[in-house]
Amino acid sequence: MKIIIVGCGKVGASIATQLNNEGHEIAVVDINRSAVEDLSNSLDILGVEGNGATYDVLLEAGAESADLVIAAAAQDEVNLYACLMAKAAGIKHTIARVRDPEYTNDLMRVKDLLGPSMAINPELTVANEISRLLRFSGALEIDTFSRGMVELIKVTLPDDSIVDNKKISEIDTLKGKVRICSVERGNEVYIPNGDFVLMGGDKISVVSKAETAAKFFKRINVTIGKSRDAFLLGGGKVSYYLAKKLISSGSNVKIIESYTARLTERAVMLPEAVVIKGDCMDQDLLLSEGIDHAKGVAALMDYDEENILISLFVKGVSKAKIITKVNNTSFDSILQDLDLECIIHPKNLTGEYIVRYVRAMQNSLGSNVETLYRLNDDRVEALEFRVSEKSKIINIPIQELNLKDNLQIICINRGRKVILPQGRDMIMPGDMVIVITKHKGLSDLDDIIQNIWDSRTI
Amino acid sequence: MNKRIITYILGWVLVFEGAAMQIGTVTSLFYGEKEGIYFLCVGIACEILGVTAIKFKRQKNQVLYQRSGFAATALSWILMSLVGCLPFWLSGEIPTFIDALFETVSGITTTGSSVVANVEGLSHCMLIWRSFLNWLGGMGVIVFLLALIPKLGGQQNIYLMKAESPGPIIGKALPRMRSYASLLYGIYIGLTVLEFILLLFGGLGIFDAVNVSFATAGTGGFGIHNSGMAAYDSYYVQMIITVFMLLFGINFTFYILLIFRKFKQAFKIEELWVYLGIIAASVAVIAFNISHLYPTAYDAFNQSFFYVVSVISTTGFGLSDVNAWPELSKAIILILTFVGAMAGSTGGGFKVSRIIILIKEVKKEFALLVHPKNIKAVKMDDKTVNHETVRTTSVYLIVYLSIFILSFLLIAVDNKDFTTSFTSVAASLNNTGPGLGEVGPAGNYSGFSIFSKLVFIFDMLAGRLELFPLLLLFKPSAWKKS
Repeated sequence: MKIIIVGCGKVGASIATQLNNEGHEIAVVDINRSAVEDLSNSLDILGVEGNGATYDVLLEAGAESADLVIAAAAQDEVNLYACLMAKAAGIKHTIARVRDPEYTNDLMRVKDLLGPSMAINPELTVANEISRLLRFSGALEIDTFSRGMVELIKVTLPDDSIVDNKKISEIDTLKGKVRICSVERGNEVYIPNGDFVLMGGDKISVVSKAETAAKFFKRINVTIGKSRDAFLLGGGKVSYYLAKKLISSGSNVKIIESYTARLTERAVMLPEAVVIKGDCMDQDLLLSEGIDHAKGVAALMDYDEENILISLFVKGVSKAKIITKVNNTSFDSILQDLDLECIIHPKNLTGEYIVRYVRAMQNSLGSNVETLYRLNDDRVEALEFRVSEKSKIINIPIQELNLKDNLQIICINRGRKVILPQGRDMIMPGDMVIVITKHKGLSDLDDIIQNIWDSRTI
Repeated sequence: MNKRIITYILGWVLVFEGAAMQIGTVTSLFYGEKEGIYFLCVGIACEILGVTAIKFKRQKNQVLYQRSGFAATALSWILMSLVGCLPFWLSGEIPTFIDALFETVSGITTTGSSVVANVEGLSHCMLIWRSFLNWLGGMGVIVFLLALIPKLGGQQNIYLMKAESPGPIIGKALPRMRSYASLLYGIYIGLTVLEFILLLFGGLGIFDAVNVSFATAGTGGFGIHNSGMAAYDSYYVQMIITVFMLLFGINFTFYILLIFRKFKQAFKIEELWVYLGIIAASVAVIAFNISHLYPTAYDAFNQSFFYVVSVISTTGFGLSDVNAWPELSKAIILILTFVGAMAGSTGGGFKVSRIIILIKEVKKEFALLVHPKNIKAVKMDDKTVNHETVRTTSVYLIVYLSIFILSFLLIAVDNKDFTTSFTSVAASLNNTGPGLGEVGPAGNYSGFSIFSKLVFIFDMLAGRLELFPLLLLFKPSAWKKS
């Protein structure tokens, strides 16, 4: 694909490097000449100096034939404007980096109006990743759909599980808020229906809203390693998003930060969290707050050195799961020797996230599929369709649809609402529907119904 | 300096040159000449050596830094010259090694100055190799390799391109170096073939048409007749050659923009209009100045147009003896030698765009005399020319003049007349070929001493590679590991 990347900062560079390696044709744009030059000299890509939010500069970068614009400049406004201009130039897909928490609430509206295909918030991405690590340290795989609102978590059922030898229809799925959408047994993958009998040792993938999954796993005796008491060291944006996420899934959160203005902001925005003013590098303070009994600690301060130091300290005094945020990736090899449990590189994460989106986009080119994810070692596909007015399956209760074998409708997004559909739910025009299936190459939503000619299963 | 990458690149250059040389073998088979054996043998030796060098695999994911890229390109050109001269020398058609080397360097740097007094005495295979060297040197061998081998310099191919392509600002118009290099060569080959066909219509034999096309395309200027282009006594043929010399002196970005249908942007290139303007003005003045020497006005115009374009594009084809022209015309011709073609073309010289940048910088300085606090940017094609480019261009001018002066001093040892010494250095450093006096279009360089020829060889290479890549080789610290 031909991709234009606006902004040659760390995120821009990271995306450019990864996408270039995957064989895409990249053009990078930045107003800072030396940034463009450094990047375009070190990779086989086109560098354009100029403001990427202007039409002419985008044209110079090859907007006429580009498939995707990724706006990763420093300012949110510039990124959104760049996407607007990209649309004007006729580019169908755009990704904007929008990081200000005040804007994140409006992203859905922005998406409807300007139509960026995706808006990515690096801090939010990082917070989601950390929250997943803290909440589900026992999970085998975690994927997210529908902008992170729905999670797909893969776990192994223990041999003595209470669901051993039970039909799926007999399991309490919290009134349908949780769904088992694929089961791996030995070398086989199944897309189970209600009659499917689970066995200990199965690897099951469960779809649910982020906050419900933990409850379900507790119900079925799967230890997923939830960190009930979490310490967030540093009170920046990541910390804010993370705290919100953890609180909504029922954890106790303690935030330590020394900068007063930030503290007040956090205290106002997060009434449920315990917000403490103090220096994170103060051992006595941490111990008096009981960090040695914490189940999860995230070092999210502005300086990498402090995060690394404090993580090493906490490692010595507690058994907590420790997450260390490190911005600078240059000395990665040294960090590995330090034996830190879990290091998060925010810029890389954002890059990976976008790269994943681009891959999904490439997979779905030439079909009605909005995005395509490959799961279970590529044996299962999750496809996201937008429902059109003309679809044959709209306004029919799902239980009356004659769906293909090895296929499930796992989730319907209607506006901002996420529905995990039951038999009586109906698909309506304008919905986004996620289907999980073993059939490969479905290109239209209508293909999910069985037809007489089609009995091919892969 | 990363010697492994350089060896790898040089290996490919050898493999390529060995293959390119077979044009001589094929020609010799066609004309039944036994000299083809030299091309075959040297070619085989090249392949063996080249493949061995490539086999010295470089480590994976190795980074090519600018200095290694520049050095690799400069060394490639030296290596190509040393290897390329072997058939001339071994066959004895050019008896001394230095003369053979001079002829080869002159060919590959698209200079086109010759030490062979009787060109018609050379065999066909030698003639076509001479012309083909012009063609290869025009767009550059490294650029050709970049189109073939995408991983030549890893991800940092741009440094190889920067070292070989002429002009103050080097960029690529497409994201992938490989597609960009292929596009450049596509245009280059397309235009060459077009000229070849049009020359055939003009009644030229295939051999003549091929040679003239090669020499025009690279803006080289090697002819295969002692009388130069005057051998083609047809207004049509002369006009075709003139027009194509002019076209090959144009920045290839112009053609790329045309291909992408960005006509507005293409015709907004400032350098293009200055280039055409200089040509138009020079042609008019010279045509008027020499009108009394020729029977008809069209003859004068034809002579003037042909030679002005020949010199500014740094091709260096000769149509008649310019030494007989009035002083004004000769002065203009000499100045045009220095001006040179457009950046990003196959031509040499100082480059029109550098002159534009420097003139604008001078204008800026004068504005500062009036309003000392005035903030002004140098602009070209509606874009700000950043300070670094202006600085590099100024340094380029200084180095260019230094080399010129030093060479002039060294050539003076030969005790030639002033015109000959001065214009021979100018014609070599600017890759034009013929100068005035003894080295005029009708003369040649055989009268110089071995030492002077070595100086010319250096000048020609320095001119083609735009000074810095070649000079870098003489800086000891560039060779150190850290």
